[in-house]
Amino acid sequence: MAAGMRPLIRLRDVWKVYHLGDVEVRALRGVSLDIRAGELLGIIGASGSGKSTCMNLIGCLDQPTRGTYRLGDVDVSTLSVNERAAIRSRRIGFVFQNFNLLGRSTALENVALPMIYANVPFAEQRRRARELLAAVGLHGREEHMPSQLSGGQQQRVAIARALANGPSLLLADEPTGNLDTQSSTEIMDLFLRLRRERRLTIIVVTHEPHIAYYAERVVTFRDGRIVSDVPQAPSSHATEAVRA
Amino acid sequence: MSLFWMTVVTALRALRRNVLRSVLTMLGVIIGVAAVLTMVSIGRGANAAVQQQIQSLGNNLVMIIPGATTANGVRAGSASSLTVADATAITRECSAVADVAWAKRQAVQVVYGHQNWATAAHGVPPSYLSVREWPLSAGRFFEQRDEASANPVAVLGQTVVDQLFAAGEDPIGAIIRVKNVPFEVIGVLARKGQTAWGQDQDDVVLIPFLTAERRVLGTQILGTVDMVVVSAVTADALPKVERQIRRLLRERHRIPPGQDDDFTVRDLNEIAEASKNASVVMMNLLLSVASVSLLVGGIGIMNIMLVSVTERTREIGVRLAVGARTEHILLQFLVEATTLSLVGGAAGLVVGVAATRLIAYLAAWPTLLSAQAATGAFLVAGAVGIFFGFYPARRAARLDPIAALRYE
Repeated sequence: MAAGMRPLIRLRDVWKVYHLGDVEVRALRGVSLDIRAGELLGIIGASGSGKSTCMNLIGCLDQPTRGTYRLGDVDVSTLSVNERAAIRSRRIGFVFQNFNLLGRSTALENVALPMIYANVPFAEQRRRARELLAAVGLHGREEHMPSQLSGGQQQRVAIARALANGPSLLLADEPTGNLDTQSSTEIMDLFLRLRRERRLTIIVVTHEPHIAYYAERVVTFRDGRIVSDVPQAPSSHATEAVRA
Repeated sequence: MSLFWMTVVTALRALRRNVLRSVLTMLGVIIGVAAVLTMVSIGRGANAAVQQQIQSLGNNLVMIIPGATTANGVRAGSASSLTVADATAITRECSAVADVAWAKRQAVQVVYGHQNWATAAHGVPPSYLSVREWPLSAGRFFEQRDEASANPVAVLGQTVVDQLFAAGEDPIGAIIRVKNVPFEVIGVLARKGQTAWGQDQDDVVLIPFLTAERRVLGTQILGTVDMVVVSAVTADALPKVERQIRRLLRERHRIPPGQDDDFTVRDLNEIAEASKNASVVMMNLLLSVASVSLLVGGIGIMNIMLVSVTERTREIGVRLAVGARTEHILLQFLVEATTLSLVGGAAGLVVGVAATRLIAYLAAWPTLLSAQAATGAFLVAGAVGIFFGFYPARRAARLDPIAALRYE
């Protein structure tokens, strides 16, 4: 991450405009943002501030109405639906507030799901899924159904799933929103560890200030614009901040 | 898991999750496939029965019966317009004719011991059985010398044997009385069953033509017959045979041009063909009704797949988020719909076979199960699943991942 290296993510004057009936909703109004590889970025803002819309664009789930988005060497704004699906499959992992696990599949099957769509051979799927579950501390829970797991455990399964195809970018939308304080801390610590071990770029959307403490840079959205973009010292006492 | 197997397993799980709903959805397809299979089985059975009746009449036959005569504009029925001489002339002069036989009929009472039975006596020449392709089950048929000397010998149909003789009793050599004239039974006909128009062909006593004329049937005009049966050299020659016979008989009966025939020539295959056509029409009618049921089943599948897509919107969103392409989602729901219809189709086959057996047993109808119809109905069921599953599947595949993920 030498200085001068091109950023992993580069948003330039990005607009997103919806039409709800006759009403025009300007979710993003000219957002420009660079994110370097390996950063842990926090995005905060009130609901409706545009932070989730921005996250969806970065996650290639959506296209900007105007402006450009480059992910690495790729200009995402020009890609087709299936080309974006391919990028999501290989380069991006998603973690959601409500986990979004498949309720009738085991933990192992949930983790293997992205690999199926990436045409990973069956034996390799099983091996990698076990490894990932072990890496998030769920060794021995492979055959559990989501309903048999606690919230924190379900979110770990979801994180393992997000890492299935070895992405470089992890997007977490309110990952601790449905968790108690203890589980929240564990999940955030897991993010820190995974970032270190796997050289991940992690973007966490949150409205909880103590979660934002974990980030080394916090971007604040308001009314579809970035109103502040501040680096903060990577908090060695973030854990204490949460507990305080 | 490979993509395909994951898709199939997911489909089966989705169906198992709500067994009652799945079964109700499949019901239309089950009924449709079962109905198609049953209808075809019954239709084929009926056709086979008709075919058998055609066979039982004898192959390539033309039947000539005396018909109305018209003299000076007065039409009158005439039983005596057809003679043995006409029949022998047909043998002599019509090139497409293979063989000729004739019959003179009368209702008679036959008596054996203490049993008696009302039946029909047929005076026939020795060629009769070969023309009708009617084998014997026991004994012999009368020969030229029986005919020539008007011997009192008789060959009985199975029905007559059943009525006169006790079970296990050998009728050969027995003396029966036909209209009080004693006859020796020299043979028994093989069972032939009913004609297409429901007449029992086995309820008959065959005696030599001359014997019938002189000893049994009384004072009618000698040499007249009630029926002439002609076999053509080939089935293709039947129209030619009819033409030749008509020309010959008009000439022999001196019917001037423009006047109606005083006889009727009937192609027996035509009659059988007509009844077969009727059964085909009936079968097609029933088949189309059964197909409507399949169609309704398809609509049921579409309906439930639309519900399933809505219920699983979030799941679709998750799959899209982790990298599923639109065709993956499309395939998944198509497989699900097709699984529904194929499982329904398989169940329908089972029900269809059972229904066919039951109908054959209860109604004693001839049925003939058809592997072709079974395969066809099954494949159509699959096609129905794909066809009616496509719209819901496409709807699923076109979901916006963001909206799908947010769906409550």
